[in-house]
Amino acid sequence: MAHHNSLGKVLSLTPAVLIFAFLALLPVINLFIVSFHEISWLGGTKQMDWVGVDNYVAIGDDPLFKAGVFNTIIVVLVATTAQVVIGLGLALACSSVGDKSRPFRALIILPLLIPGIVIGAIWRLMYNSEFGIFNLVLETIGLSGHDWLGSSSTALAAVIVVDVWHWMPFAFLLLLAAVESLPRDVSEAAKIDGATAWQEFRKVTLPLLYPAIFMTFLFRAVMASKIFDEVFLLTGGGPGTSTEVVSFTIFQRYFLQDNAGYGSALSVSIIFVVSVIIVIALNANKSKGLSQ
Amino acid sequence: MNQAVSKRYKRTTNYLIGFLVLAVFTTLAPFVYIAMSSFKTQISLLMGDVTFTPTLMNYNEVLFDRTSDYLQNFTNSVVVTSISTSLVVVIAFFAGYSLFRMRWPTYVVNIFLIWSMAFNLIPSVTLASAWYDLARSVGLNNDYIALILAHMTLHLPMALWLLASFFREIPRELEDAAYVDGASFVTLVRRVVTPLMMPGLMATGILIFVFSWNEFPVALALTNNDTGTVPVAIAKYAQEEEIKYTQMAAASVLSALPALLVLLFGQRFIVRGLTAGAVK
Repeated sequence: MAHHNSLGKVLSLTPAVLIFAFLALLPVINLFIVSFHEISWLGGTKQMDWVGVDNYVAIGDDPLFKAGVFNTIIVVLVATTAQVVIGLGLALACSSVGDKSRPFRALIILPLLIPGIVIGAIWRLMYNSEFGIFNLVLETIGLSGHDWLGSSSTALAAVIVVDVWHWMPFAFLLLLAAVESLPRDVSEAAKIDGATAWQEFRKVTLPLLYPAIFMTFLFRAVMASKIFDEVFLLTGGGPGTSTEVVSFTIFQRYFLQDNAGYGSALSVSIIFVVSVIIVIALNANKSKGLSQ
Repeated sequence: MNQAVSKRYKRTTNYLIGFLVLAVFTTLAPFVYIAMSSFKTQISLLMGDVTFTPTLMNYNEVLFDRTSDYLQNFTNSVVVTSISTSLVVVIAFFAGYSLFRMRWPTYVVNIFLIWSMAFNLIPSVTLASAWYDLARSVGLNNDYIALILAHMTLHLPMALWLLASFFREIPRELEDAAYVDGASFVTLVRRVVTPLMMPGLMATGILIFVFSWNEFPVALALTNNDTGTVPVAIAKYAQEEEIKYTQMAAASVLSALPALLVLLFGQRFIVRGLTAGAVK
């Protein structure tokens, strides 16, 4: 039944439309315009000099951006895979232990609620080469410590460990919901047919979970590609460019070096790549109908 | 079940519980470590002392020292987070009701869904740069208002996305019945829709509160010392020439208090919100 109170209908949507138009769309259009200029601030007034596509051409020669793209891909692949594998293991364990696992579930999701910056601060203390817990333990058992964040061979791995620890609970939550909604009779049928636990997992449970695993991987990959807070606090992209990631490159170019024109061009490029991904996803989904 | 099978089943369960205990230990150990560090003196931390006499000195300095802005930053966070979250929930509720329960051309609904998708995919640093330029042009940089507006824009699509799945669960017959009985739009929203949507609104509100409290890049871009939020304050500790690690630890522990409250009282809503947003 169609509701006819169109005044209520329009008024209800108006604030969201205003926010969309003036605070989401307008800034992005402005960003696009800025990306073709060189920006300088003289005594509180903005100077814009048209430079055409120079800012975009410069992206190809930016060593920070290249390193950022490379490292971001590594972080996304390694961290996301680890989170899905560990999260799936924990979800299966929780579901098979049953009600006794409730208190564990609550504690496991704690890192999700903590600011990324605080997570960074915690691990920065633990990784510290002089008094951090890891080196203290290593030295106690007679091994020598290591400068985890300060050497380019381990810095990226150290950042990935933090990301896995921070966001694994998210993969766990999504996969737990999927595991708990599995039909029980299928696994019972497998048991009656004499399947071992491993066979049941490999041939019954895992195939049923593929869609959920894929969704979880996708969600986590998107979030991991935006990694910023932990890198900001742990390494600042260093040593050298060994932990440089895309978000951090934009931050450095736009804010630290105050290069608004070039920073905007980087931002617009990222938004463009994301838009292409969205268009592809929408077309792939068209048969299903987006509004559903 | 015969005895041998039952015994094996029990042993497997014990192994699994062992696995869960290990997971919980790995999750909690870093929090215990930072909490302990926050009660140490800087020297005791640097010496790597295992046993130490707890001191409240760090908390005292973080909260009450004249050179520390932390109390101000904490207040800023409370103001920005609560104002932006309440506005987002109210605006998203009305927008969601209008979008998902009343007839709009498909493209209107799609614009909002694409907005949700885009804002979830785009790194917020990109948006921070977009807002920074506008805020600076109108002289609102380093002001609460810019950050509140930015947080609202950042989280409104997410709130809409979350609420969509809850709106779908309300049976339409109830609204139709109310209409037939001659209820006005306002009565319908107040008496029928709002009570039914309460769990969804709670889940959305709590989740957006946590996101806004934790948000860092946009807050960093749009604020200064006076208007900075808690994450900005903690990041500042890490950038100093000589890092006051124990004070950074104390500031971190204090910043996690809202999250602990949420976990104690709203865990159900958090789990519901996080899975609703992603699975459906």
